[in-house]
Amino acid sequence: MVYGKGPFNRIIDGAILVILCVITACSLFPLLHILAISFSDKSAVAAGSVILWPKGINVAAYRAVIEDKAFFMAFWVSVKRVLLGGGIQFVLTILMAYPLSREVHVFRSRNVYMWFVVFTMLFSGGLIPWYMTIRDLGLLDSIWALVLPSAVPVFNVIILMNFFRGIPKELDDSAKMDGAGPWRTLMQIYLPLSLPALATVTLFSIVTHWNSFFDGLILMNNPSNQPLQTYLNQIVVQFNNSSANMTVDEIERMSKLSNQTINSAKILVSMIPILVIYPLLQKYFVSGLTLGSVKE
Amino acid sequence: MKTRTSLHYHLMLFPGILLLLIFSIYPMFGIVIAFQDFSPAKGFWGSDWVGLDNFRYMLEIPDSKRVFLNTIFIAVMKIIASLVAALTFALLLNELRTRFLKRFIQTIVYLPHFISWVLIGGIVGQMLSLDGVVNQGMKLIGLDPIFFLGDNNWFPFVIVGTDVWKEFGFSAIVFLAALTGINPVLYEAAEIDGASRWQKLRFVTLPAISATIILIATLSLQNVLNAGFEQVFNLYNTLVYESGDIIDTYVYRMGLIESQYELATAVGTLKSIVSLILIYISYQLASKFANYRIF
Repeated sequence: MVYGKGPFNRIIDGAILVILCVITACSLFPLLHILAISFSDKSAVAAGSVILWPKGINVAAYRAVIEDKAFFMAFWVSVKRVLLGGGIQFVLTILMAYPLSREVHVFRSRNVYMWFVVFTMLFSGGLIPWYMTIRDLGLLDSIWALVLPSAVPVFNVIILMNFFRGIPKELDDSAKMDGAGPWRTLMQIYLPLSLPALATVTLFSIVTHWNSFFDGLILMNNPSNQPLQTYLNQIVVQFNNSSANMTVDEIERMSKLSNQTINSAKILVSMIPILVIYPLLQKYFVSGLTLGSVKE
Repeated sequence: MKTRTSLHYHLMLFPGILLLLIFSIYPMFGIVIAFQDFSPAKGFWGSDWVGLDNFRYMLEIPDSKRVFLNTIFIAVMKIIASLVAALTFALLLNELRTRFLKRFIQTIVYLPHFISWVLIGGIVGQMLSLDGVVNQGMKLIGLDPIFFLGDNNWFPFVIVGTDVWKEFGFSAIVFLAALTGINPVLYEAAEIDGASRWQKLRFVTLPAISATIILIATLSLQNVLNAGFEQVFNLYNTLVYESGDIIDTYVYRMGLIESQYELATAVGTLKSIVSLILIYISYQLASKFANYRIF
């Protein structure tokens, strides 16, 4: 926006460009580094000589990942939770956002519900009672434990509600004149007009579900029920939290034992779904953030 | 007619409200564990009451003081560092003329935000290990290797640094949106008055986005007790409990690993209550200084 003139300004422009390039390189470096490691020879990695270009290029690490049954079982659990959890969040977000977007004089209990929903976002009973509730419901080691406790994404509900509020009231009135009830108005007027907002909240749901690891860790005792991120937390980061009172040397030795090339390959393969939807994410999340800020 | 429509609205809300009641409201009653001598067999409706004993015990042990201080230290550093980093980045990017380049840079710096801490933890763990790429680089310029993830002097700064690395681009979006909202006429007027580049930044750009800066600063007050559970959990180890153990990791270990339910719930409850107060204060400040309302 600020256009510089003269040699001095050109130097500043150049300096800014260089700084921005360095920042961008810093953002990308860890990902490229891990990519290089995943294609490198084990011994070259252990010697610490791999930086951005693989040494002794081979795909042994990826072959090992493909043969790793546990990895794909965890991958499948993650796919299941994204489809099931994302689907449930999608339906519930719409069903809650629509009534909450009504004016108080149309839907008198609106504010009561709204405060209730916001309260659940502001206050929580904490980890222990949350865990006990799910355990007492008998949900441990079931896919529902990963899906139901987070079935209502309050933040998404507020984003979609604010978007619904921006839709002209006249459309609502004309639908009513034509005899449409609330369900039909929602389905045939509001939803078709809200595709960008729906895309935004759906993408948020998918990313959150794909990236969650903690619920899988505490709610799934059987490793075969654990989603991918939990599995990776266990194998990649596990030495961090294993037994207490380890010395520096022991922790270093354990980290050396863990296979860096295979771990890198696993990390990258787990990133693929995010990278695939990233163009969509980028298209919608910026508007999604501003959607949430539409206020009256 | 009106009541019948309302009935449908209640119906639409029912499934979501029911799930919130089960998984958000019901666990709130579990806070009573903090005031009990909890026995898992009796559950939290039937255990014996002990008043404030658990809180008294919490204040007596050195652990709790340590985790509260660690949490506040890490969280406050994160808030300041990420605000400065995001704002600086947004201002720099705003000076760039080439639209293509702008897009390209944004595409890359937003990406880490969407990658989970599990994966970032794995990557950072490799990069910062004793024979990782960072220590290799330090060896090249003649520095002694440092075990960043096992050294109490370094660990909090690793946490702050990796958090800034992951989130600065995404946090900058708000500022970039505010910057595009500035009326170009203001810059033209400043130019006619002979303003230098620095003066335009100082007297046009910064005042124009000051409301956004204040808003972000006040809203981040809510996070003073959130040092980032997922991040710390994926990076810490027994060596750095002294500097890196935070409220949430402590509650997890005490409650679910060592089965000290009362202590864990007491710590968690204290955090929930203080957080609620912080949220209230931050919204009050935000509505006062930036006309902000959440819904």
